[in-house]
Amino acid sequence: MSSKPAGGAVSYTEFHPRWYRTRVSTFWWLGRWPYLKFILRELSSIFVAYFVALTLFQISALVRGPQAYARWEQALRSPLLILLNFIAFAFVMFHTITWFNLAPKAMPLRVGGKKLPDALIAAPNYVLWLLVSGIIAWFVLRT
Amino acid sequence: MADTIKLEVQRYCPERDAEPSFQTYEVPLRKEWVVLDALNYIKDKVDGSLSYRWSCRMGICGSCGMMVDGEPKLTCATFLSKYANKNRPVRVEPLRYFPVIRDLVIAMNDFMVKLKKVKPWLIRREEKSLADGEYLQTPQQVDNYKQFSMCINCLLCYAACPVVGLDPAFVGPAAIALAQRYNKDSRDQGAEDRLDVLLHPEGIWGCTFVGECTRVCPKHVDPAGAIQQYKLTGVIEWAKSFVMPWGGR
Amino acid sequence: MQRQTNEPFFWVLFSAGGVVAALFIPVHLFLFGLAIPLGWVDPPSYDALRALLQHPIARVYLFVLCSVPLFHWAHRFRYTLYDGLQIKHLNALIFSLCYGGAVLGTGIAGYLLWRI
Repeated sequence: MSSKPAGGAVSYTEFHPRWYRTRVSTFWWLGRWPYLKFILRELSSIFVAYFVALTLFQISALVRGPQAYARWEQALRSPLLILLNFIAFAFVMFHTITWFNLAPKAMPLRVGGKKLPDALIAAPNYVLWLLVSGIIAWFVLRT
Repeated sequence: MADTIKLEVQRYCPERDAEPSFQTYEVPLRKEWVVLDALNYIKDKVDGSLSYRWSCRMGICGSCGMMVDGEPKLTCATFLSKYANKNRPVRVEPLRYFPVIRDLVIAMNDFMVKLKKVKPWLIRREEKSLADGEYLQTPQQVDNYKQFSMCINCLLCYAACPVVGLDPAFVGPAAIALAQRYNKDSRDQGAEDRLDVLLHPEGIWGCTFVGECTRVCPKHVDPAGAIQQYKLTGVIEWAKSFVMPWGGR
Repeated sequence: MQRQTNEPFFWVLFSAGGVVAALFIPVHLFLFGLAIPLGWVDPPSYDALRALLQHPIARVYLFVLCSVPLFHWAHRFRYTLYDGLQIKHLNALIFSLCYGGAVLGTGIAGYLLWRI
């Protein structure tokens, strides 16, 4: 379908109306709350990468010796980093919850011919997450 | 409840206008009226030049999809009274992300091309002769694809999906759901024929699981689920293409 | 079947990274980023942590924790840039920066954990 250029004399070609195409705004994701929620979910991946960077610094400090690690712990107590870690933690939790809640969509399980309800597929993920978190916390804190 | 309600309807006449504009109409607010009733009232009594699509007025033909206050809706299934208490007119616009032909009528040529690409029909390697009888299916086998077969091609999912608007090559929720409807049908033997779409860089991989398509679908087809499942199939096919590169039709 | 795209590979990496991130990152970030600095729990001693790090299983675990989620970020961030900022025409650059970053991070993690 050919489209006639806008502007200038408005002429009409029989059987070929000029279609109007709206350009998608750069801020399309601000227009509706579901879109914004989606973009926030995607941006949580930045905080995932931030966590990896943080952990690599932590491991490096641990390897370099007790003084280096003490300096690292001191840095972590600064208000800026505490605030940043609060925000990061919120986003990482947002990732975890949205991830587990969407998992059933990708893997519908059928038992005895009936499709299992979404909650039943999401639930084991949460249980596993609690278990795993407990085990890791035990390893870190038992000392 | 007030007597009347105002509708702000997008108008676009290609012969006259360079751009769409809005026209406000006041229609009676009847308890049982849907937005489609309001549009029909406008066309009958107020402004006969208003153009829009509709047919069955009962949510099965898929013709009357439009944006109502920014949400993709079937206008025959959206009650006017829900918008009565807002202190502003109800905004009615054509489906988002489609070219507008006139007023509320959009061009769905692009979708028809994409739909045909996924080959939405039963493909058989060998046909059974009539004498051999029907292709039998257990209720379980029907259940496997039934949800995806409920699609009425209303295109609300396309209007909801940002990737449709951003990536013209993305095949789109309904088309992929319909591909899955046939892939999962036990009578179909054409899953390989649909791999062209599956393994094409733009086919389904543009989907980022926004999930809006499933939320707005009036028939609860869950296209987002269909796409994620198809991605898993895609991974298997991709892996197979390494292990068995000679595999073909 | 002619393989026309390698997207499935990156999607699998993204999914694996998403699972690792969802299961393991919250507790780590909570403990080391909030609970310990804020004094909600007794901090583990340096020696104890160092000993924990010595264990080969711990090192493998940390390597996975610090590599796979990076590929999750790379894929997701790539698409966020494509769709959010509509700069898909820069996809060669975006692809290199995202996956390059992930590979770099993985390399650093491997180096750090191997050297112990």
